[in-house]
Amino acid sequence: MSILGNRVLRVEDPKFLTTGGVYGDDLPFEGAAWVTFVRSTAAHARIAELDTTAAASMPGVVAVCTGEDLDLAEIPAGAPVPDALARPALARGTVRFVGEMVAAVLTERREQGEDAAEAVFVDYEPLPAVVDPEEAVRGETLLFPGHGTNVALSIDGPADESIFADCEVIVTRRLVNQRLAPCPLEVRTAAASWADDGRLTLSASNQHPHGARDALCALYHLDPGQVRVVVPDVGGGFGAKIGLYPEELVLPWLARRAGRPVRWTESRSESMLSLGHGRGQCQQVKIGGRRDGTVLAYRLEVLQDAGAYPSIGAFLPFLTKLMTSGTYRIPRVEFSARAVVTNTNPIVAYRGAGRPEATAAIERAMDLFAAEIGVDPAEVRRRNLVPADEFPYTNGTGTVYDCGDYARALDLALEASGYQDLRSEQARRRAAGDRRLLGVGVSTYVEVTNSDGGGELAAVEVLPSGRAKVYTGTSPHGQGHATAWAMIASEQLGIPVEDIELVANDTDLVASGGGTMGSRSLQTGGLAVHEAAVDLVEQARKLAAEALEASPADVVLDKLAGRFHVAGTPSVSRSWRELATEAAATGGLRTERSSSPPGPTFPFGAHVAVVEVDAETGAVRLERMVAVDDAGTIVNPLLAEGQRHGGLAQGAAQALLEEFRYDPDGNPVTANLADYPMISATELPSFELVPMVTPTPRNALGAKGIGESGTIGSTPAVQSAVVDALAHLGVRHLDMPAAPERVWRALEEAADR
Amino acid sequence: MEVSMTVNGSPRTDSVEPRLLLVHYLRDVAGLTGTNIGCDTSSCGACTVLVDGESVKSCTMLAAQADGAEVTTIEGLADGDRMHPMQEAFREHHGLQCGYCTPGMVLAAVSLLKEVPDPTEAQVREGLEGNLCRCTGYHNIVQAVLAAAKAPAGAGAGS
Ligand code: FES
Ligand code: FES
Repeated sequence: MSILGNRVLRVEDPKFLTTGGVYGDDLPFEGAAWVTFVRSTAAHARIAELDTTAAASMPGVVAVCTGEDLDLAEIPAGAPVPDALARPALARGTVRFVGEMVAAVLTERREQGEDAAEAVFVDYEPLPAVVDPEEAVRGETLLFPGHGTNVALSIDGPADESIFADCEVIVTRRLVNQRLAPCPLEVRTAAASWADDGRLTLSASNQHPHGARDALCALYHLDPGQVRVVVPDVGGGFGAKIGLYPEELVLPWLARRAGRPVRWTESRSESMLSLGHGRGQCQQVKIGGRRDGTVLAYRLEVLQDAGAYPSIGAFLPFLTKLMTSGTYRIPRVEFSARAVVTNTNPIVAYRGAGRPEATAAIERAMDLFAAEIGVDPAEVRRRNLVPADEFPYTNGTGTVYDCGDYARALDLALEASGYQDLRSEQARRRAAGDRRLLGVGVSTYVEVTNSDGGGELAAVEVLPSGRAKVYTGTSPHGQGHATAWAMIASEQLGIPVEDIELVANDTDLVASGGGTMGSRSLQTGGLAVHEAAVDLVEQARKLAAEALEASPADVVLDKLAGRFHVAGTPSVSRSWRELATEAAATGGLRTERSSSPPGPTFPFGAHVAVVEVDAETGAVRLERMVAVDDAGTIVNPLLAEGQRHGGLAQGAAQALLEEFRYDPDGNPVTANLADYPMISATELPSFELVPMVTPTPRNALGAKGIGESGTIGSTPAVQSAVVDALAHLGVRHLDMPAAPERVWRALEEAADR
Repeated sequence: MEVSMTVNGSPRTDSVEPRLLLVHYLRDVAGLTGTNIGCDTSSCGACTVLVDGESVKSCTMLAAQADGAEVTTIEGLADGDRMHPMQEAFREHHGLQCGYCTPGMVLAAVSLLKEVPDPTEAQVREGLEGNLCRCTGYHNIVQAVLAAAKAPAGAGAGS
């Protein structure tokens, strides 16, 4: 009997539940000086004066360093973003967003840092700030005058009006996919130390230890062997902890300067200002088709806010482009994008990273088109979905989808939600003038996981104790890798899950790795574990054959017993423990594999959201959330459902509540968790998950990624439901989030019409 | 100044700064790092502990205010090797992912069931409003608390 597909409880949990995890801030780091950063209070300014003398004599101060002291190269975003937009670890001469670091203060004790940082005197000579990307693109104020424009990169696409020539109906609309704060519950924390032999160790709350190692190697001109990155337990990342930030990159320099280890943990308020933000796209959509509901042409133009210094965020439009036409067979599709710098915190990846933006745009466009021709939005979607027999399917921007049955996903979601009944209830309420407005939103989505199509490293080892170790280059931080990877290994080895230990998040113990991001882990790292375990069984079979004086082909592994024997004679056998003990002298029982999946996979699904809007106040309540998410074969439904739940919540949060806002001068107005409306338990319903499994042919597990699906499908479904609640009043669109004030205004305007 | 309290069943006395927050006392003085810090505006609940059986955000209280009290942190909830029914329920229902909100969430839930032994789903959601979780979407946390309320031992008991 296979263990795969079972609801195996997490092996990780007992520790987290009884002693709590061991996060970076929990570690002692003996002898380390505490680092506190002085952060800019101006959005855009010249630093006229920076005086650290008073701070240097504050109690406990070890050192105060500014950008002028620092002899580190600036940190570039990478091609095609020009190096002119690179970021200095500590500001030099100019600050470009509130929260940018202008100095670092090192103190003996943590609590001394804040006072000392306040004693650093900075005179900011204000420059005009650009907060709005649409203003930035006009280039009246330049963040980097030497670069000559605020545009960091462009993806030029055709803009051929003739693609709409045969359309009976055309709808255009500007959409805002607002800036969000990722808000992992654990903020960033890191520590750096140099050993006497010149070796650097960095501990950081991060999603990609090997990427962090490589970044340090590049900045400090070190070989990979001279750097060790260790990642302790991580309290969530959601994309925002993929790359190392200047805060972390500068720690080794500070440690060298101080001649001792240094450590840093940010406060939540600092984190809100300087942990990368997500999304931040302004989109122009144009959709056209026939009155019978056939969509013929679609164009998406993206203006990506990159923040003050382009980072991963500047590249999000490339991912958006891949998924432009979503689940639909649209004959003519155009995409273009620009990423611009603004006087705001840099944008990075956040759950979905570029794909939720694509889905939000096409799903809004489908709704607008449906409203224009007066056809039910679910029906318009059905008429345009890529048919199940057309896979592999090449979409309008050239992306090849592996497999799917989008119509079935839609049907399942409609059926589970009781869609027709909801529409009847809506009609009844509208006829009765009910002040509790019912709204129903439907989305279908397809997304790309493991988008670069890369592989991953795994090693599997059986010890003389009979226990196994699995090494992975993925970077678990809450997803449940230790359980899932043990299940995959157990499936091949027949060693129980509780006897398998996961080794990860230490570049000294795992040679290479792609980390955990973009829903890549299972189809790359899980696959590698599967392949390495298969290899290990082969290796062990040969050893057993020697011991049993049989041909390897005749030796079988009894997975229930964990023993090898000649087929038909189970009484004479060798256990894993015996084989590992025998092999100990000759290098042990261990295999290593780098998986090489043939390309990315494309999870898909359909969501239905039901909201109730209070016609008096504009308050929106999410009543139901029905989700069909097909991620291929499921290794552990418990974990997969957990990923879906979390994703649904974050997606709904964008549609309903969350937005990171700056005032026109670039001052953040949602800079802590009291002001930023991070979604809580009261604002969400329990989720209704509908299973659907279409295994992908692209890997031996049949698995696609599941980490981001919930977010990608739910945001447009919830947004659409809010608009739908107001549709009978003539409302066609509302930007996110559907805060009561925005909804109330729309109600007022509708009443005036 | 001197404070005395019983932490997870063990009495202790320490001399502390009058302004020291309970959360820092627990983490830095008592060395109990299971209690986490997630914000600086008393918004997240990651620092929730039980003080005389009631849940308190330990970043909103001075160590001095807990003088004479019985404090329970996540490290003290289990009965030896036997997990508390609420801990069991969180595991059974996959009520945690990264684990960062978990100590606070579990203790808030224990306190909630003490007040409302047989809550509705809405009561659970309202009861946990002050405890944020970014990973689970709350679904499985709510399931865990509802299940714990039905558990024979009664999850509100024992602390
Ligand atoms: S740390 Fe957030 S409420 Fe105490
Ligand atoms: S499990 Fe990660 S914040 Fe709750």
